[in-house]
Amino acid sequence: MPFETVIGLEVHAQLSTRSKIFCACSTAFGAVPNGNTCPVCTGMPGVLPVLNRKAVECTIRTALATSCAVQRKSVFARKNYFYPDLPKAYQISQYELPIALGGHVDIEVDGETKRIGITRIHMEEDAGKLVHEGEFAGAQASLADLNRCSVPLMEIVSEPDMRTPEEGGAYLRRLHDILVYLGVCDGNMEEGSFRCDANVSVRPVGQKAFGTKAELKNMNSFRNVEKALEYEIRRQVELIEDGGKVVQETRLWDANAGVTVSMRRKEEAHDYRYFPDPDLLPLIVDDSWVEELRKTIPELPAEKIARLERRYGIPRYDAGILASTRALADFFEASAAICGGNPKTTANECIHWKDAVLAGTLSPETIAHAVEDRERGTISATASKKLVELVLSTGKPFRTLRDEQGLTQISDTSALDILVDKILGASPKEVEGYRAGKVGLLSFFVGQVMKESRGKANPKVVQEVLKKKLGP
Amino acid sequence: MAITREEVLHVARLARLAMSDDEAGRLGGQLSAILDYVKQLDRLDTRDVVPTSHAVEKGTPMRDDVVEPFGDREAILANAPDRQSDFFRVPRIIED
Amino acid sequence: MANVPVHEWTLLEAARRVREKEISSRELTGALLARIEALDPKVHAYITVLPEAAAAQAAACDEEQAKGALRGPFHGVPIGLKDIFCTRGVRTTCGSRILHDFIPPYDACVTEKVLAAGAVLTGKHNMDEFAMGSSTETSFFGPTRNPWDLSRIPGGSSGGTAAAVAAAMCFAGVGTDTGGSIRQPASLCGVVGVKPTYGRVSRYGMIAFASSLDQGGPITRTVADAAALLGVIAGYDRRDSTCVDIPVPDYLAAVERPVKGLRVGLPKEYYEGGGLSPEVRAALEKALKALTDQGAAVVEVSLPHTSFALSAYYLIAPAEASSNLARYDGVRYGYRAEGASGLIEMMSRTRAGGFGDEVKRRVMIGTYALSAGYYEAFYGKAQKVRTLIRDDFTKAFEAADVLLTPTAPTPAFRLGEKTDDPLTMYLSDIYTIPCNLAGIPGISVPCGFSAEGLPIGAQLLSKSFGEETLFAAAGAIERVLPLRRVAPLEG
Repeated sequence: MPFETVIGLEVHAQLSTRSKIFCACSTAFGAVPNGNTCPVCTGMPGVLPVLNRKAVECTIRTALATSCAVQRKSVFARKNYFYPDLPKAYQISQYELPIALGGHVDIEVDGETKRIGITRIHMEEDAGKLVHEGEFAGAQASLADLNRCSVPLMEIVSEPDMRTPEEGGAYLRRLHDILVYLGVCDGNMEEGSFRCDANVSVRPVGQKAFGTKAELKNMNSFRNVEKALEYEIRRQVELIEDGGKVVQETRLWDANAGVTVSMRRKEEAHDYRYFPDPDLLPLIVDDSWVEELRKTIPELPAEKIARLERRYGIPRYDAGILASTRALADFFEASAAICGGNPKTTANECIHWKDAVLAGTLSPETIAHAVEDRERGTISATASKKLVELVLSTGKPFRTLRDEQGLTQISDTSALDILVDKILGASPKEVEGYRAGKVGLLSFFVGQVMKESRGKANPKVVQEVLKKKLGP
Repeated sequence: MAITREEVLHVARLARLAMSDDEAGRLGGQLSAILDYVKQLDRLDTRDVVPTSHAVEKGTPMRDDVVEPFGDREAILANAPDRQSDFFRVPRIIED
Repeated sequence: MANVPVHEWTLLEAARRVREKEISSRELTGALLARIEALDPKVHAYITVLPEAAAAQAAACDEEQAKGALRGPFHGVPIGLKDIFCTRGVRTTCGSRILHDFIPPYDACVTEKVLAAGAVLTGKHNMDEFAMGSSTETSFFGPTRNPWDLSRIPGGSSGGTAAAVAAAMCFAGVGTDTGGSIRQPASLCGVVGVKPTYGRVSRYGMIAFASSLDQGGPITRTVADAAALLGVIAGYDRRDSTCVDIPVPDYLAAVERPVKGLRVGLPKEYYEGGGLSPEVRAALEKALKALTDQGAAVVEVSLPHTSFALSAYYLIAPAEASSNLARYDGVRYGYRAEGASGLIEMMSRTRAGGFGDEVKRRVMIGTYALSAGYYEAFYGKAQKVRTLIRDDFTKAFEAADVLLTPTAPTPAFRLGEKTDDPLTMYLSDIYTIPCNLAGIPGISVPCGFSAEGLPIGAQLLSKSFGEETLFAAAGAIERVLPLRRVAPLEG
């Protein structure tokens, strides 16, 4: 029986604000435990929350960038449950009236574009961290660090529109890139600033109703999300084919074992008793604020990819890699603007030197000059690579180093004429062999010229000269 | 409206209030009486009434994204019933 | 004011005499501390008395004054705070075992303002646990007694503050009012109590009971004192998102305003029904006459949903409380039960052992009212009825400038008289609760005594931010009925 998969993804993104969402503590990573806390975020008696405007701006901008409808009025609600990393024993979140509804993200899988719906986006505060004292199994106690309490989070819930793990991965990557482009989140999955939970179910092809879904957690990379989904789909299909039923539960992805494991916690009906938080008034967002923020939305990944493809004639795949980081795309365009050569070469170079570009140790000029010189035949590809490495290590300009190192390639045909004549003169037997039909000997001649010129001859031009001299 | 002992114990679990069966029985009686009284609200037709979720009629104020450290970590930890260096220590969560 | 004992001075009188150097803060504070030492063992208005700190503050005030510096309008005058206001470095218990040793590292906004006005903090007043109660009998630290009759309750939850003021163990106090907890004890103790408009006084550092209903307010022996103290504690505070940014008017000036032409509404629902004692009814008539004799007009108004207010309140307040009190879990501060083998057990036993019965009852009701399947029927419904009650008042204030009602249905009852049946206790608040639901301000001003010598208060209500009208009307009543404000209790 053929099955169809239904996947929905929930992303929690930590917003890049300096201070927390409801108090003025720092959100900076790496402080001593409980060093970034105050009476408000540690839920002391009598304290009250005050909303961080920047967190709202980040969320509105995200909503605009994903074509959501920004709600002019949204309400903060208390989600009540007890846990040592939740100081007030409630999380301030949004429930019935979130700040944004009904958007989408367009993804590409196997050359096909697909639209993945976004159900809602809302704001909430993060909880702290619980570490286990000593060995987990025998741990007698847990230790609570409340630094992360009240760090602003944005929860983005997708429609269950994805049908394969690849689509899931594509959606996550695209959403991730949008958030990083906007500057609202640093997108670091390993450090937990971009978290993903998945809801996945299967159903026989043709069935309208969704199957029972399982919620997957603990996937700390895009690849792990895809792997977890692959495993879980297989597990559910096998279970059903064996006559079993999928149980609605939360399962943790175990990356080492490559399986999902049921949390098997006594499903104490999570009754969160949501109600509007009386300490916060409704969040009112007026049209002028939304329009002001709309102007700050940069060209987003999808648009950028299309434009790079169109404007520079580079393949979509390359455009995709360049656009994966705004800084890289900007660098490419800056480089292409300086360079008189083929943008595709520039693109390749930027992609090749991506790490250095993103580290900020390479200038667009360097790449532009490298591409130009190679296209003019002034230097060889090998020399180009060596020179860029030297630029990185010495900081000197590309062309200065090129001349210093004497890596200028000989492309001048008259100079090469002399070299070629020399080699051909020294290898009469091979010349005869070539003219007799052993065309493979061409590379032998090229090799000899390269050796004679100590690698400086432009191999392409050498080939042309050789062919001319050797004749048809 | 009779609230059963089971319901009382369920609510007590939600509210993290340890309670003996006897206490639950006793409390159940008192809660039932109170809930009976408040059920009088059903006599009012409120279909077209907007709930008063907030006591003040304005939008929530917002603050600038400026860090103002509390500056006294010791004070945050000082009242802890069980403190382990920089952490709040709690008994482990028992999964049952 | 000849031969009025020091402790019986009004707040404004005491402030004036310190300012004019007729008495030093040291002397004034010393007198009060001595009185507390003599009387409080009987009255038990205080949970924490601060003799050393108060003496030190008084000394500092005198030194500053000697250099010509006065901190504010109450420079050097001893004032007390209900133990619900956080005071930095000073234990703040909220009347509960679960906070019995909690020392806040910050001051409530009210605390800051009172200290900035130059007051000397005498100590923290007793209260019903987490402000849940109408008699101060639910305090973990034992009940407070009514200074007018020590066998009776002072009212609640700000019973300690009202008793302290009535027994002249401070010149004024600040309490809190969620369903009547300032006004009712003020009425039962023969003093003045004001619940300001919701949002008038910052709730920052004021331990939360029901967030959409709580307000801090003055308890004093005269209307002018209350006006002056409200002027000090009111005002915008950016740390409280529900605090309103409206300028604070000169409340003191309003006290002398004539009430000629003032339209006094008598909500008929408040005067019907058997619960209202005849003595209270008679005292209210005197209060009304005091107003009409000075030119006020009477109008009958109706607040049709009055009888539903108690039910709405006893769903909304416990619901919010159940969430506000969830943070008391033994993790970061306060009482923690010992010997628990796991986390859930620790939290459950901590809260069972740390909370008293009334708190547990309300947490349970509140949790139930919010729980899955019941939200719409209980909490949701109550919030809608709340709208109806607010609308009642809005309509009434078209015809009247101020409403006059009893504060409490009877004078002070005896300790233990109503503790067996929670519902009976809740009924003490029928006149005060609607005002909290509507967010409007209310004042209780003494207007008589029962045959047994127990105080009776009259309540005045106005529309939001109409405190000036309240002070004018209350001032007018006080001018005609200048009743004895200090209980005849000797050390």
